Amino acid sequence: MEKRELVIIGAGPAGLTSAIYGKRSGLDVLLLEKGIPGGQINVTDEIENWTGVIHASGAELADSFRKHAEHFKAEFRDVEVRSIDLSNGRKIVKTDSGDIEAEAVIIATGASFKKLGAPGEGEFTGRGVSYCAVCDGAFFEDQEIAVIGGGNTAVEEAVYLTQFASKVTIIHRRDSFRADRVAIERAMSNPRIDVIWNTVVEEIAGEDMVEKLVLKNVRTGDITELPVTGVFVFAGMDPNVSFMKGLVDSVGGGWIVTNERMETSVEGVFAAGDVRDKYLRQVITAAGDGATAAMAASAYISEQLHIQGLLLEPEHVTAFVFSSIDEPQARLASDIEKALAGTDARLVLLDGYRNKRIVEKLGIKELPALAEFKKGDLSRQQHIASLDEAVKFIS
Amino acid sequence: MIELNKDNFEEEVLKSDLPVLVDLWGPKCGPCLALMPQVEDLSHEFEGKVKFCKLNVAENRKLVISLRVMGVPTFLFYKGGEIVDRLSGAEAVPDAIKAKVRDLA
Repeated sequence: MEKRELVIIGAGPAGLTSAIYGKRSGLDVLLLEKGIPGGQINVTDEIENWTGVIHASGAELADSFRKHAEHFKAEFRDVEVRSIDLSNGRKIVKTDSGDIEAEAVIIATGASFKKLGAPGEGEFTGRGVSYCAVCDGAFFEDQEIAVIGGGNTAVEEAVYLTQFASKVTIIHRRDSFRADRVAIERAMSNPRIDVIWNTVVEEIAGEDMVEKLVLKNVRTGDITELPVTGVFVFAGMDPNVSFMKGLVDSVGGGWIVTNERMETSVEGVFAAGDVRDKYLRQVITAAGDGATAAMAASAYISEQLHIQGLLLEPEHVTAFVFSSIDEPQARLASDIEKALAGTDARLVLLDGYRNKRIVEKLGIKELPALAEFKKGDLSRQQHIASLDEAVKFIS
Repeated sequence: MIELNKDNFEEEVLKSDLPVLVDLWGPKCGPCLALMPQVEDLSHEFEGKVKFCKLNVAENRKLVISLRVMGVPTFLFYKGGEIVDRLSGAEAVPDAIKAKVRDLA
C-alpha cells in the first residue's frame, strides 16, 4: 500500500494552506481533491476580505493559492475519497483509485450549501434552481429572480446577480441579515434588490422551468406567491463529511470538533476550515486553521518517529522526561546522565515541554519523571524529585 | 469530444445514429471544469458506443435556453434525437454520469 506522511483531504483555502505549511516543515505532502483546487471560492464572485488583497475574484484567489502550494512542490491528486479506515491505530485513506496509509490526515473538505428541502427543488435544479451565482447568473439576463438566505454569501451574491437580473428578491427567514455591514449596505442601496423578511419557501413551482415561488411568512403564516424564473439557494450549510460519518467527534449535522491545535478526537487526524465546528467560516479563518493543522500534524509525526526510534525499538530503555525550560529539571537531567555514564543502563532524555502529547500518552502527571520501556512496552513510570530517586528507579 | 454550436447541433445530436451525451458547461463554472477531465476519460471508454459532445453555455445562450436548461453543470442524454435523461447541479457526479452513459450504450 502507498505510504505517505501527511495526507490532506480537500484543496480549498484550508487544505492548500496546510500543504504550504506541511511542505515548508519538510513533510511529504499529498493533497487529495475531487474537483479543481480552490474549494467554495471557485464558485464565489468576489472576495474583499482576504487581507492584503482589496479585491479579487474567487477564481483568481483560488488559482493563486494553488500556485503557492505548487511552488512548494506539494503533490496534488485528483481522486474522490470514499472512506477512512482508522482501525488498529492506522490511518488508511480509501479513494476511488487505491488506498493510502498516512501518518497524519488533515480533513479540509469544507461545506456545501444545504438543500432547502422544498418541493420542486430537485426537479428544477438546472432549470431555474441554482446554488452557484457565477455559474448560472448569466442565464437570467433581464429576468426576475430570488435569492434565499441572509448570510454574507446570500447578500453578496444577490448584488452580483443584479448585473444580469432586472430584479432580485432576497427571501430571509429572520428579520435581519447575518451578513457584514458593508455587504448589507451595498444590497440595501441597490435599486434592483428587494427583501422579504420572516419568510420561507414552501414550494418551487412551474411547468418545466421555474415560474414561481410559494412563500410562507413564519410570523403570520400567510401564504403568498412570487413569480420568478430563477432561485439561488444560499441558506445554511452542511459539512462535507459523508465519507467519514461517526469516525471523529462532531456536533450538529456533522461539524467536526477540534481543539485549538485542530486535533480531532482521533490521534493523528486533524480538521481545518469550514468542516470544523467554528464561529466564523471565511477564507481567512480556513487558511489560519490550515496552517495550525499542518504544524500540529508535523509535530505529531515527529513525535511518533521519536517514540518509535528512541523508546519502542530498543530492547530495554529508560526515558527521563523533563521540562527543558525549567532549570533545576534540566540540571537533574545532566546529573542523571553523568551518574549513569559507564554503566550499561540505556537512558534517553526527552523534552516533555516540546512533546506534550508523549507526556500525556505515558500517563505522566508531573515532570520530571522516569519511564522504563521493555521490548516496546511501557513497564513503569514515576515522578522523580532527586538524583537519588532516579538512581534507585534505574538500578 | 465534439464542440457543439447552433450550426452543428441538429446534425451531431438530433440526427446522430449513436446515443449522445451533451455536457453543458460554462467557463466560470468551477464544478463544470472539475468534471471535464473525467468526462473526457469516459468518452474514450465508450468510444464507438456513445457520442460525447460539449456545449459552452456562455457562447450559445439561445440554443441552451431552447433546450430548457438554466443552470450548469447539466448533462443531457439523447437517444434517437430525443432527450431520455438529464443530470444537473449536485447530481452531476462522475459515478452518476457513468451510470447514465452505460444505460445509453
